[in-house]
Amino acid sequence: MSENKRVDQPTGTETVGHEWDGIEELDTPMPRWWLWTLYATIIWGIGYVILYPAIPMLNSASEGLLGWTSRGEYEQAVSARETELEPIRQALVSTDIRKLHGSPELMQQAVEGGRSAFKVHCVQCHGSGAAGSAGYPNLNDDDWLWGGDLEAIEYTLIHGIRNPDHDETRFSQMPAFGRDGILQATEIQDLVSHVRLLAGREKQSAAATRGAALFEANCAVCHASDGTGDRTQGAPNLTDAISLYGLDRASLTDTISNSRYGVMPRWGQRLDAATIRMLAAYVHSLGGGEKLPALEKVADTLSEGDGDEQS
Amino acid sequence: MAMSSPEEILDPELKLYEARKNVFPKAVNGTFRRLKWVIMAITLAIYYVTPWIRWDRGPYAPDQAVLVDLANRRFYMFGIEIWPHEFYYVAGMLVMAGIGLFLVTSAVGRAWCGYSCPQTVWTDLFQHVERAIDGDRNAQFKLQDAPWGPKKIGKRLAKWSVWLFIAFWTGGAWIMYFADAPTLVVDFWTGQAAFVAYATVGVLTLTTFVFGGFMREQVCIYMCPWPRIQTAMMDEKSLTVTYKDWRGEPRGSVKKAEAQPGSFGDCIDCNQCVAVCPTGIDIREGPQIGCITCALCIDACDKVMDQVGRPRGLIDYATLEDADLEKAGKPHNPILKTLLRPRTIVYSSIWGAIGLAMLFAVGNRTRIDISANHDRNPVYVQLADGHVRNSYTVNLRNMENRPREMIIGMSAIEGGAMWSNAGSRETAGQTLVTTVSPDSIARLRLYVAAPGAGPVREEFALTVTAADDAEAKDIDEVFFERPETGE
Repeated sequence: MSENKRVDQPTGTETVGHEWDGIEELDTPMPRWWLWTLYATIIWGIGYVILYPAIPMLNSASEGLLGWTSRGEYEQAVSARETELEPIRQALVSTDIRKLHGSPELMQQAVEGGRSAFKVHCVQCHGSGAAGSAGYPNLNDDDWLWGGDLEAIEYTLIHGIRNPDHDETRFSQMPAFGRDGILQATEIQDLVSHVRLLAGREKQSAAATRGAALFEANCAVCHASDGTGDRTQGAPNLTDAISLYGLDRASLTDTISNSRYGVMPRWGQRLDAATIRMLAAYVHSLGGGEKLPALEKVADTLSEGDGDEQS
Repeated sequence: MAMSSPEEILDPELKLYEARKNVFPKAVNGTFRRLKWVIMAITLAIYYVTPWIRWDRGPYAPDQAVLVDLANRRFYMFGIEIWPHEFYYVAGMLVMAGIGLFLVTSAVGRAWCGYSCPQTVWTDLFQHVERAIDGDRNAQFKLQDAPWGPKKIGKRLAKWSVWLFIAFWTGGAWIMYFADAPTLVVDFWTGQAAFVAYATVGVLTLTTFVFGGFMREQVCIYMCPWPRIQTAMMDEKSLTVTYKDWRGEPRGSVKKAEAQPGSFGDCIDCNQCVAVCPTGIDIREGPQIGCITCALCIDACDKVMDQVGRPRGLIDYATLEDADLEKAGKPHNPILKTLLRPRTIVYSSIWGAIGLAMLFAVGNRTRIDISANHDRNPVYVQLADGHVRNSYTVNLRNMENRPREMIIGMSAIEGGAMWSNAGSRETAGQTLVTTVSPDSIARLRLYVAAPGAGPVREEFALTVTAADDAEAKDIDEVFFERPETGE
């Protein structure tokens, strides 16, 4: 090819020696500044390779002189952010949870912090939208087994539900009326009819009337005679539209026969106080949060020296 | 294609790079030089003064007339404030700038390049500095070839210092458009400005120094895409700097012409047109990419023609068509006919239509806005009393520079009521009043609860109305979802 090189007469420039259908290419020299820019980038590249991780090795890239790693930079950014947020966490922990509503800004910060923590620790059971599923409560609604004010939510978070190794845990146990032979199968069906009547899913029937008597004898002690439940024992309200395990006959038969035993970890031993408070604030903010006792009432109890934190 | 002779092939000059040919344009006076002075003064004044113009917008907004507030994502231009979602105004202005350049190019050729391009203006400024310190063209050549001695080092240092000074103020003025200028000046000199401010000044100082002092016409020839595009925009009716070769050729000195009358053209080959050219080209070779049509060669040639007593305009602004007419001895086309032709009319119509449309849009835009998004996770929530609740993330925009009370309303859903995260279900109703801070967005979570019995999906609308002006309102269509079955 190179023997075909020739000097193009009109421009006085050498050609590169290729020819396609009579079209040739001039070997016009680069402008000097262009070449300088190229050299500058080469020098920059050499410096970059020395200073930063660049050459692929078996396990990782070569270590640059500056010791920079993307992981290190990430960790720095995270710890810088944590230092930045520390005052908020301090303020959260040192504020009485019953007075948290008095400082809307701190409350908002807690809700946002809780939103992040929820995605890490809670979504596995309660779902990313906190809507739960059968056996895992929907945290968006206005029905609470153990109480839905900030303080009650925080208590539930710290001590968990049905943690056998922990004295302060939320604990209740419904008898397994069928499995333990307390009630006959037909009696359980009568009870199912009554419970469905309470929830407005069935019309009055003979079975429901028989069930009412059974309910009074076996269930009313926890769920109350009218079926409205008792939060101190985590006994659900059977008269509302919400149910944790389903209100169809099959689910109710299963529940009464074999009982249920839902468990939530006690996060007090896994998370710090500030994160738990954030989670409580977030769950409370989802739309079903209940009001705390009025603030002035809190002030009264505080003056009596009853302001200790549950944790 | 003619083949080269063997001798030529033997000795090709092998070059690794093409060194820049030094251009030391000679000082010149004349009509176009004066025009360049005026345009330089106007463009530099606009650049340096604009950020310092104040514009009262009340206590809730900055009082800088032109401000690109990147930190807060607001763009202020005198009476107009643009939010990020209104960026189409900026896009529209850029389209207008583009079409404006097309229009200018098709009418008067590369006038942008020759007079108002920043590269041209700053290069011109730098060349004046160069002439003030090193002397005119010949002195500059001499100094360039002189060995490095105290005098040359001194002159070079002086020139580069002045260039750096100008370059620094160029970069310094640029950042004033992005923050409150008086505050930024104080912050800058007390070391309190943002790092990006110093970095920007640094980069712009360097680029101005290098582009204006050393790269010069190479930026236009190698780096800038605009000359290439303009080449396509121009036609035979676009003004361009033309050497009237039919009048000038063959070239010969006055003496030769006197000796052999009739055998030489008007060009006396004095090379003044080449000497004054800031891009170092010879206009007598015809229209070329290196010509930015600054018309300094016209000034130079006219002066020479006056001196030798020949008519001016041997080098002149002319369209290719007029040049051909003149060559044939016919009169030029009327100016209006040249200017008003389909191409320029189409460009000006598009330009004007976009401008009018934008003016109309700016005049009619509402400064209040609601944007509601139905929350999907969960889509609905079953409430204890049998109602169903849906939630919406609502953004209320208050684009005026004062706090504004806004009323959110909802079109009817049977038995439906709404409340926000600031209130509770006990306070639910058909309307909701909230105050939105000046020039900001209020985000709230809106809950709507309605009886569980009803269609699975129900369309309705959320509206916002300013409490102080019933005309200022906006609407967003949303929907309400219920579980599919009761059981």
